[in-house]
Amino acid sequence: MTRFVVSVHIVPRQGLLDPQGKAVADSLRTLGFAGVRDVHVGRHVVLELDAADAASAERAVREMCSHLLANPVTEDFELAGVRPA
Amino acid sequence: MKVGVVSFPGSNCDEDALLAIVERLHESAVLLWHKDHDLQGADVVILPGGFSYGDYLRSGAIARFSPIMQEVVAHARRGGPVIGFCNGFQIACEAGLLPGALLRNVSLQFRSMPVTLRVETSQTVFTNAATAGARLTMPIAHGDGRFTADADTLTRLESEGQVVFRYVNAAGEPTEAANPNGSMRNIAGVCNPGGTVVGMMPHPERALEPLLGSTDGLVLFESLLASVKA
Repeated sequence: MTRFVVSVHIVPRQGLLDPQGKAVADSLRTLGFAGVRDVHVGRHVVLELDAADAASAERAVREMCSHLLANPVTEDFELAGVRPA
Repeated sequence: MKVGVVSFPGSNCDEDALLAIVERLHESAVLLWHKDHDLQGADVVILPGGFSYGDYLRSGAIARFSPIMQEVVAHARRGGPVIGFCNGFQIACEAGLLPGALLRNVSLQFRSMPVTLRVETSQTVFTNAATAGARLTMPIAHGDGRFTADADTLTRLESEGQVVFRYVNAAGEPTEAANPNGSMRNIAGVCNPGGTVVGMMPHPERALEPLLGSTDGLVLFESLLASVKA
């Protein structure tokens, strides 16, 4: 077994109303960042886990996302990185 | 009738739900601890409001994995009545007992206020003593109440009569102004295909005393009693 650090991005599904993202976008424009077109606020989860290899660590984290970390109705997730701890 | 009210860490409406059954219906009710595996013979399960597990990750996401929830899901699959109020609705959605999800209010504000609901169907264990089209006033108190589902699910809910309550104005119209959280199609409550599992963001258990501004919640508990006794 090797220890891996896996990070995953969980974001609101495209097309769903994202009032939090909109509030942040409005604030950024108020600050003068006039070019801001869209903002989406999600979660970045970092997990440390033991697995046989990187592929099985990745597979386990995908399963965790489907079961708990992301809501299949409203969120999408993508693995942002897998590296040995 | 015996009602089991689940107490999760962070539940804060469990005692209110218990009192609703005991004091208003004069039926028996027990609190079910989230770590238990036993429904203690309850005919009905209430998932109460509150902030179970601190609403960590997402509202209801962690509560869904409580030991007691495995029993609640099995009870629901057998056709047993399950009612979720507020956080209980969020938990029921996360547990897959009801379709959709409850997201952050569109205003980003916690809303604590009375709302007007229109009863959309009397074909549920919780609304059979009400009339479709009737208007009820009761409080909401939530930050994550925006009912959201994909287009196919919404169409199915509407065509199958699974929308139980909608937020409406005084004239009974589901307007944007009457929608306190941005819920799709002003949906305040839904049920499963059999009408045995109902979830709603408003709090009928807080609308049982004239002193508190409304007794409109009573018809829902009377419906429940009528269903179970039938």
